Amino acid sequence: MTNKAPFTPQTTAMPSPDDITREVLPNGITILARSNFNSPTLSIRGYLPSGSIFDPDEKLGLSYLTANSLMSGTAHYDFQALYNEIESVGAKIGFSSGTLTSAFSTHSLSEDLDLIMGLVAECLRHPTFPDREFNRLKMQMLTGLAIRAQDTAAMASMLFDEAVFAGHPYERPDDGYIETVQAIEKEDLVRFYQRTFGPQGLTIAIVGAVEPQTAVDAIKAALGDWSNLEQEHLPELPPLAPITQPARKSLTINGKSQADIVIGCQAPERLSPDYVPLRIGNNILGEFGMMGRLGKSVREDSGLAYYVYSNLSSSLGPGAWEMIAGVNPRSVEQAIELMSAEARRFVNEPVTAEELDDSKSLFLGRLPLLLESNNGVAISLLNMERFDLGLDYFIQYPNRIKAVTAEQILEASRRYLNPDNLIVTVAGP
Amino acid sequence: MTNQTHFYTLPNGLTVHLKEIHTAPIISSWIWYKVGSRNEHPGITGVSHWVEHMQFKGTDRFPAGYLDREISRVGGIWNAMTYLDWTTYFQTLPASMAELSLSLEADRMVNSRFLTEEVNMERTVIISEREGNENQPHFLLNEAIQEAAFDQHPYRYEVIGLKDDLESITRDQLYGHYQRFYDPANAVLALAGDFDIDQMVQQVAASFGEIPSKGSIEQAIPVEPPLGVERRVTVDGPGQTAYVQIAYRAPSASDLDFFGLTVLDSLLTGPSSLNMFGSGGTTNKTSRLYRALVEGEIAVSCFGTLQATHDPYLYSINLTVHPAHTPEEVLQAVDDELKRVMDSPVMQEEIARAIKQAKALFAYSSENISNQAFWLGYTDMFANYDWFENYVNHLAKVTPKDVLRIAREALNPDNRVVGFYLPEESLSQ
Repeated sequence: MTNKAPFTPQTTAMPSPDDITREVLPNGITILARSNFNSPTLSIRGYLPSGSIFDPDEKLGLSYLTANSLMSGTAHYDFQALYNEIESVGAKIGFSSGTLTSAFSTHSLSEDLDLIMGLVAECLRHPTFPDREFNRLKMQMLTGLAIRAQDTAAMASMLFDEAVFAGHPYERPDDGYIETVQAIEKEDLVRFYQRTFGPQGLTIAIVGAVEPQTAVDAIKAALGDWSNLEQEHLPELPPLAPITQPARKSLTINGKSQADIVIGCQAPERLSPDYVPLRIGNNILGEFGMMGRLGKSVREDSGLAYYVYSNLSSSLGPGAWEMIAGVNPRSVEQAIELMSAEARRFVNEPVTAEELDDSKSLFLGRLPLLLESNNGVAISLLNMERFDLGLDYFIQYPNRIKAVTAEQILEASRRYLNPDNLIVTVAGP
Repeated sequence: MTNQTHFYTLPNGLTVHLKEIHTAPIISSWIWYKVGSRNEHPGITGVSHWVEHMQFKGTDRFPAGYLDREISRVGGIWNAMTYLDWTTYFQTLPASMAELSLSLEADRMVNSRFLTEEVNMERTVIISEREGNENQPHFLLNEAIQEAAFDQHPYRYEVIGLKDDLESITRDQLYGHYQRFYDPANAVLALAGDFDIDQMVQQVAASFGEIPSKGSIEQAIPVEPPLGVERRVTVDGPGQTAYVQIAYRAPSASDLDFFGLTVLDSLLTGPSSLNMFGSGGTTNKTSRLYRALVEGEIAVSCFGTLQATHDPYLYSINLTVHPAHTPEEVLQAVDDELKRVMDSPVMQEEIARAIKQAKALFAYSSENISNQAFWLGYTDMFANYDWFENYVNHLAKVTPKDVLRIAREALNPDNRVVGFYLPEESLSQ
């Protein structure tokens, strides 16, 4: 196979300052709107600065439970009345929570914009956390944790986060532990809500078959007069101590057929100059085609795993770079050796020109697919705002990708990936 | 021209469905074969799915890795799925790559090599895939239920196949299955996206026109007699959480009662999403079983699965048991609720609501080209494209009387298998 020039995609309408409406309301809400009249549907997504970083250790899971309780009942709707409004029009509204943000997402017909925006505002502004629903949701969450304890992939990932982010807020699972969730009382939710939910920092993207001004007006009508003088700012993220020695943690989950493995290291934050080179590097390591170099080594050449891949997660603060595989328990050591060997190779020699060209082409070519759905565009708009990437992010994007060199990938990899200090976690029988 | 369609058949029997959509510079191409676990028997269970894996091992014209690179480097996606009645392969790509997509599918319809060493390497990958499934309680329970629900029909076996068979299936069995079922007369090619129909007709003829058909495929699929009496299965497995699955024999997709059962499912457990890709769907909090079981705190979640199949298959109600209750109590509560739909007609408004929901879900399915192309071919595997186009109309014709009759027939306890997953706590560190 020969090298080829990077693929140049056909021009398609990329989100740009020309077609994104951005407006900041006096109460601190940022709105991003973009029209798409190709289908009569609408996606609205938003986030605000509330998350598990506010959770006390002994009540970890509080933010998660609060976000999930916003739809339990409000000043004007009980649980059934609220869902009856939503489900009767075939729409969906969901709330969730991470470490630094709580978020919502909706999907509906565009004709239901006012209804959906009104219901989102109702849940954000007037939740009542009824006793019965609180107890029910808490029990559902505890059952979820019992199920998580049996999930080899989830447990290997949790062990990995505890090790790679040791001493940092990111070491904790957002959904907590059984004993910390059991300790949460309804009053904790009420206080948590009062402290962390408000219009400051609320960012909303709205994409679909509505004119941008109509979308902005609907949000203004629903949330423009929201205020919360008690709303707290996010705490500063502390620095993360570097990993200075290898670590291995295993969890036995009896009765399972397969073990899950996570191997990896720390990674830079989203805005680091190392991020884009590593994003392409990760693609070469464990994404491209049939799961990159890892797929070739562990699946194609050795037949050890149905899935093996790598993942670079970067947000605000430190990130993680993980290699993941599910294998027969007898093959755990062999898989770890093969994956570790790929990590070593990755920092010993630069990626080939062919690999680099292929990967860059992928990053340029896949934009039309990523941005095909309203939801895909809404997620991109929120990322542009959250990471301050600029409304011309997609205009600049090709040049940023094309500028990456094999040397940059090698140097950035060496800064984070030390094959002698890998974190290895295994959960399985 | 927008959204123009053209359906026709080549002289060799290949069915072709084309739909122009000019909203993004991409195409989605799917080829569907009428072969799945329905065409298997003990000794070769899982063979259809394994053939699907072998179709990615390359041909003389397109060696392994070549296509993966060509498709990935333009940001395209490609994959395949095997199910009860069908196997499908798809690519979603920049529109300029349509010809490669057609050439690749035409080539691997007849020219796959099935090298013995690659068969053996893939054996362990597929066993690994099965072992990953075995880690999930739902898989274990579902496998036991299918086996209990059918004595003769091949729907008795999971698509992935029995482990013993996966260990013993030979290269010649795989190749024989491939040669028998991969035939233009047994396939449907469906393309949607940014192309010109007249030009695409020529491209399809150039790629597929010369492939000879081996003639019609004769296969006697056993007809399953009615269950006659309720059956019960119990699966013991790791964990702390119990699950209940109640599986009723259901009409095939081409049976008009399928639409009545769809309405019934929507009332009982909430409407099912019509999307394979992207967002969509709605929640099920106002469904009858959610209200009775989850709000009643007897279960922590419930969902229904009704699948469009060639032969009569199963309608399943799936529940996660509340920790304070037993599977028997869950079953009793479900039965109490089902008695209501068998004793008195549902309200016309409830049916109208189900139809409204279906319309919204339809709109979501038009949001991306991959989904549109999926539906363009999928319905031929159990009915024809009219099934999709008339779906909402068929639902609209369902009357309360129909629902009452279908509930009494389909939800009769003599028509079901009840499965319990009983956990044995197993966590140790």
